[in-house]
Amino acid sequence: MTTVDGRHRLDREAERIAYKPPEARHDKQGDMSTDERVEHAMHHFVKNFNTQTASYLDGCVHCGMCADACHYHVRTDDPRYTPIWKIELFKRAYKREVGPFAFFYRLFGFKKKITIDQLEEWQHLLYDSCTVCGRCSLVCPMGIDIAGMVSMARHGMFKAGLIPHELHETAKRAAETGSPLGITPEKFEERLEWMADEHEVDIPLNIEKADVLAVMSSIEIQKYPESMAATAKILNAAGESWTFRSDGFEATNFGMLSGNTDWQKEASMKLINTAIKIGAKKLVLPECGHAYMAMRWMGANMYGKPLPFKVQHISEYIADALNEGRLKVKKVDKSVTFHDPCQVSRRGGATQAPRDILKHLGVDFREMPNGGDYNWCCGGGGGVVTIKRADELRHRVFKLKMDQVEATEAEELLSSCANCRQSFDDSQQHFGWDYTMGSLMEMVADNIEEQRS
Amino acid sequence: MDLLEFARGPALQTAAYILVAGTIWRIVGIVMLKEKADYSEPRGRGGFFAALKVIWTRAFTAEPFKKATMYPKMMAYVMHIGLFATIFLFTPHIVFFEGWMGFDWPGLPNSVIFFIGVATVISGVALLVRRMTSPVLKMISNFDDYFSWFVTMLPLITGLLIPVRVLFQYEDLLAIHILSVALLLIWLPFGKLGHAFLVFITRGTTGMVFERRGART
Ligand code: HEM
Ligand code: HEM
Ligand code: SF4
Ligand code: SF4
Repeated sequence: MTTVDGRHRLDREAERIAYKPPEARHDKQGDMSTDERVEHAMHHFVKNFNTQTASYLDGCVHCGMCADACHYHVRTDDPRYTPIWKIELFKRAYKREVGPFAFFYRLFGFKKKITIDQLEEWQHLLYDSCTVCGRCSLVCPMGIDIAGMVSMARHGMFKAGLIPHELHETAKRAAETGSPLGITPEKFEERLEWMADEHEVDIPLNIEKADVLAVMSSIEIQKYPESMAATAKILNAAGESWTFRSDGFEATNFGMLSGNTDWQKEASMKLINTAIKIGAKKLVLPECGHAYMAMRWMGANMYGKPLPFKVQHISEYIADALNEGRLKVKKVDKSVTFHDPCQVSRRGGATQAPRDILKHLGVDFREMPNGGDYNWCCGGGGGVVTIKRADELRHRVFKLKMDQVEATEAEELLSSCANCRQSFDDSQQHFGWDYTMGSLMEMVADNIEEQRS
Repeated sequence: MDLLEFARGPALQTAAYILVAGTIWRIVGIVMLKEKADYSEPRGRGGFFAALKVIWTRAFTAEPFKKATMYPKMMAYVMHIGLFATIFLFTPHIVFFEGWMGFDWPGLPNSVIFFIGVATVISGVALLVRRMTSPVLKMISNFDDYFSWFVTMLPLITGLLIPVRVLFQYEDLLAIHILSVALLLIWLPFGKLGHAFLVFITRGTTGMVFERRGART
C-alpha cells in the first residue's frame, strides 16, 4: 500500500488543474487592412481545396476521437486543442465557398463569414499548438488526414500575414539568406573545414560531378557540427562518389513550415538544381524530419515532374549500405531506444531503416511503449520550436515523451532528426532530465569498421 | 388517399429520389474539384487496392488508441450494427424489400429484433449524452450533429412503438414510421449522415496517399 503525505498536493494532479492557456498574443505581418487579411486568408484556404481535402472536410462525423491522439489535448484537457477544431475555419471556408451545398450555406447563413478575430484566435491553434505530427490522422475512424490540412490552412494564414513573428522571421531569413539561421555559403565552408581538421576526415566540397549530393540542416551546421563529419565518414567509408555543395546545402524548409509555398518551392528548387547540375543519382537528406517531407514527398511536386535522381534520408542510405555490405560497423554493447521523427517515420514511411541500423550495431534495442509510428512527437516539429511564446505549452506536452522514453530504461536515447534533438535538448534543460538525445548517424560514424582492401 | 397510402407511396418515393439525387450531387461536387498529380517516387503501392485496404483496416482501432476511444467506439458499433439488423433483418422489412427488389433473405425472430432495436436506441442515447457532456464534443458539435442524430433515432423509436400501439392505431403508427424513414432518407445525403458514403472516399484517399509512401495507415 502507498501512503500519501497529505501535507503536499500530488504534483501530477496539481499540474493538470493549474494549467492556464498562455496569454493570447496575435502577431501580424505587413500593413494590410482587416478586410484584406480576411480576403487573403479565404482566397488561399480555397486554393487548397481538392477532392482529397473536400472529402475530408465533408466526411468528419464530429466524433472527437482525434482529441485523444493529440499531445496538446491529452496534456491540457483544453477542448480547443482538438485537432479537427484547429482547422475549423478552414472547414467553414470550404462549406461556405466551395462545398457541394455552399450555395445553401450562404443563402441561409448556416456558416457565418470568417472574421479577423477568429483568424487571430486560430493563429495559436494552427501554429503554437500543432506540430503537424500526424498522430491524430491515425486515430480518425473516417481516415481523415487532419495534419495535412493544418499545413494547408497555414498557407492562408501566411498570406493574411497572421503567423507568429518568430516563425515569420526565421522563414524570411531562410528565404533571404538561404538558411533559417543565416548560414552563408562561406560560413558553411568554414565550418566544414573546421570539422575536417578536428576529425581528420576528408570532406569533399564543390566537386563538379558526383553520384551523391549530401545536404545539411542549418541546425546541424550551427548546433551539432559533428553531424557534418559523421556524414563524411559514412559516405567515405561506403566508397561513395559524393560531395557537399556551397550552392545547395540547406535542407530545412521554413517556407513549408510557415505556409509560404513560394519560399518552399525556392528552397526545394535550389537543391534540385544543384543535384541536376552535378549529375547526382541520389540526394541524401540529413537527420531532419521536415526536410524529408519537403524533398522526399513534396520535392517532385515542386519541380512539376518526377525528379531525375533518388531521394533518401541518411538513415535509409546507411541501412542500405549496411544491408548491402558496403559499410560495416562494430558491435555496440549498449541498450538503446529510438525516437521516430514524425515526418520520417509516421508520415514518411522510413520507419524500418533505423531499426535495421540498430540491428547491425548489435545494440539491445528497446522499442518505446506505443512507439514507432505511434510515437509521441518531440513537441518541437512543424516550426513550433522556433515560437518562443509556445515554450510553456511545449514543455508541458514533453512530459508524455519523457514517460515514453523512461519506460524503456535504455542507456542511450537516439533519433535521426536535428530538430527533434534541439527540442529534446531544450526540454532536457528545462526539466533537468537525465536523458540526452543523441544522433543515430553519429553512433554509426563512431563505430565504422575500417575495411582493408 | 389516407395517410398510410401517402406515406407508402409518394412520400417514400420522393424521399428515395432525393436520396439518390443528393448523393450523386455531393459526390460529384467533391470529385469534380481539381486533384494535383503526385510526382514523388512511390515506395509502396497506392491505387485502388490501397484504398480498399484502408477502407477495411480503419474499421479497427490501433492498439495505442484503444483505451481512450473504447467507449464511444463500442457505442457506435452497437448503434450501427443495430441499425443494419433492424433495417435489413426484420421480417416485415424483408417483405417490403422483396416487393421492391423481387427476392428475399432470412430474417431474425421479431423478439430478437425488438431487443436489438432497444439496444440501438440506448447506444444512440449514450452517444448523445456524450456529445452533450464531453467538453470536446460540446465544442465541435453543431446543428447538423444533433439533427442527424434525431432523424436516425426517429424511425427506430416509431418502429418500436408500432407493436405497443399507444395513442394511435396500427395504420397511423405505421404511417408515422414510414414518414420518419422518408425524413431520414431526405436528410441523409446533405448533412453529416453523408458519412455513410463519404467514408469510402475519405478512407480510400488516405489509403492511396499513405500506402504509396509506405507510411502507416
Ligand atoms: C426497432 C426498429 C423498427 C421496428 C420495430 C420497425 C417495425 C416496422 C413494422 C412493424 C413495419 C410494418 C411492416 C408492414 O407490415 O408493412 C415497418 C415498416 C417499415 N419500416 Fe420499420 N421498424 C423499425 C426500424 C426501421 C428503420 C430504422 C427503418 C429505416 C431506416 C425502417 C424502415 C421501414 C420501412 C421503409 C417500412 C415500410 C414498409 C412498408 O411500406 O410496408 N424501419 N417497420
Ligand atoms: C459504412 C457505413 C458507415 C460507417 C463506416 C459509419 C461510421 C461512423 C462513425 C465512425 C461514426 C462516429 C462514431 C461516434 O460518434 O463515436 C458514426 C456516427 C454516426 N453514424 Fe455512421 N457510419 C456508417 C453508416 C451510417 C448510416 C447508414 C447511418 C444512418 C442511417 C449512420 C448514422 C450515424 C449517426 C447518427 C452517427 C452519430 C452518432 C453520434 O451522435 O455521435 N451511419 N458513423
Ligand atoms: S498533427 Fe499532431 S499536434 Fe497537430 S493536431 Fe494532430 S496530433 Fe495534434
Ligand atoms: S476523429 Fe476524424 S471524424 Fe472524428 S472528429 Fe476528428 S476528424 Fe472528425
